[in-house]
Amino acid sequence: MKLVVAIIRPERLTAVLESLYRADVRGLTVSKVQGHGGETEHVETYRGTTVKMDLQQKVRLEIGVSEHFVQPTIDAIVAGARTGDVGDGKIFVLPVERIVRIRTGETDTSAVTPVAAD
Amino acid sequence: MPPDLSAPDTLFVLLSTALVLLMTPALALFYGGLVRAKSILNTMMMSFAAVGVVGLLWALLGYSLAFAPGATAIGGFDFVGMRGITLALREGGTIPHLLFFAYQGTFAIITAALISGAIVERMRFSAYILFLGAWTLVVYSPVAHWVWGGGWMGQLGILDFAGGTVVHITAGTAALVAALMVGPRRDHGRQAFLPHNVPMMLTGAALLWFGWVGFNGGSALAVNGTAVQATVNTILAPMAAMAAWMALEFKRTGHVTAVGAGTALVVGLVAITPACGFVSPLGALAIGAIAAVPCHLVILYRVRTRLDDSLDVMGAHGTGGAVGAILTGVFTSSAWGGPAGLLEGSLAQVGLQTLGVVVAAAYTALMTWAILKGIGAVMPLRVDARDEAAGVDVAEHGEEGYTDGEGAILVLESATAPRAMPAMRPTTSAPVAQSA
Repeated sequence: MKLVVAIIRPERLTAVLESLYRADVRGLTVSKVQGHGGETEHVETYRGTTVKMDLQQKVRLEIGVSEHFVQPTIDAIVAGARTGDVGDGKIFVLPVERIVRIRTGETDTSAVTPVAAD
Repeated sequence: MPPDLSAPDTLFVLLSTALVLLMTPALALFYGGLVRAKSILNTMMMSFAAVGVVGLLWALLGYSLAFAPGATAIGGFDFVGMRGITLALREGGTIPHLLFFAYQGTFAIITAALISGAIVERMRFSAYILFLGAWTLVVYSPVAHWVWGGGWMGQLGILDFAGGTVVHITAGTAALVAALMVGPRRDHGRQAFLPHNVPMMLTGAALLWFGWVGFNGGSALAVNGTAVQATVNTILAPMAAMAAWMALEFKRTGHVTAVGAGTALVVGLVAITPACGFVSPLGALAIGAIAAVPCHLVILYRVRTRLDDSLDVMGAHGTGGAVGAILTGVFTSSAWGGPAGLLEGSLAQVGLQTLGVVVAAAYTALMTWAILKGIGAVMPLRVDARDEAAGVDVAEHGEEGYTDGEGAILVLESATAPRAMPAMRPTTSAPVAQSA
């Protein structure tokens, strides 16, 4: 079991969700985050105030997957998120000690196996 | 002040000028609410900038081309640079010429701004500004002259009380051509473009309605029965349009939407604009209700095509304007200040109205195409793909509509010794510590 954490461009989110869907990866959490990863910061001006925007808007995906889904998940994220410019983001794969599905009490791999809602 | 000036008429048109001027910022709110958050400033600026660019050009040249004595196709140069526009009464009127000039300027401004709804979120701002200016002089001024400035449409008896043809058919047609030439947003058809602030859009719709009272009522240019008739019709038609639209939506999806109601309101206003001084109040209700149907269908259909007329300028203003112009020929009533219409047994007016719609649309389409071709030869019409993805606000204006300022480092442009910036990260090549 792994937790795949990906930081991507907000405007690539739809494409990433699409390719994850095609890779049969369901169940994920998305949050809006800010960060910096080496891209050129842009300059904004408000009346006399000029600022360098050092933090960029990003989107973080968190996906708990079983072992054999790790590579397809990574591939899907890369396929959807890549533009080729600096600032496309990162993917982190973290070991997971335990997973519990709250509704049923199922644990670990069976907890991250998708079930169809009624 | 000239002795035969009418104080009530002057006051009325003064107030109407303020009302119509308010419509352009109202349109900015309406359009701004409908786009994505990352494009709100660019979208609102496309309307706001029209006040500056179109207003200025109108004062210096556009007004003369529309209203100075000239040929039947275009006005002359008598009023270039506001020459001869004084506090003296306008010929045949009861208000100062200067006031008429300002009142008409507010119409030119909003007409050009309307087009922007078709090309939001991707057009290059500099290209848009050039387009605004050229379009006002090449399309708006001549068409305004045809109808109101002594040109051929007015001479033929084509009816357009407050600008159904001059404003809405031209803007709607130009929007269609501009959307085709600038091309769709890159995510069009793949990603849903949802309105980011519907309350803002509704606020804009409400203010448009408020301003429209000056647009239509004020077009009587005097405090008289026609002004009352036009104003009341301007209140009635959107009511009927909204009711009809809500019924159509409810029948189709089981919901009545706020975005739909706001759109319907504008459709009703557009449709009654050419007719408001010629039809009965009951006729106004009928025009509003009837116009809702084709506009609703065009907007539903448009979404399924590759045409990215993003905010449905063609669907609301083009379609509503054309339907309103033709229905003017149906409902115009000799008891309400118009010539006899179809309901009174005369087909002639419907024919005239249709001729007006077709010629205005054809001329606008051709000229809009030519203007955009010309600008496109000098500069790209669109921002590049990267800027479009990140949002036009930052790329084109260097501002964001909604920013909390986190991560913004103040750039001090002073002559004192450069201050060390807080180093957020190593500048080059050094590996970046990613995990905390």
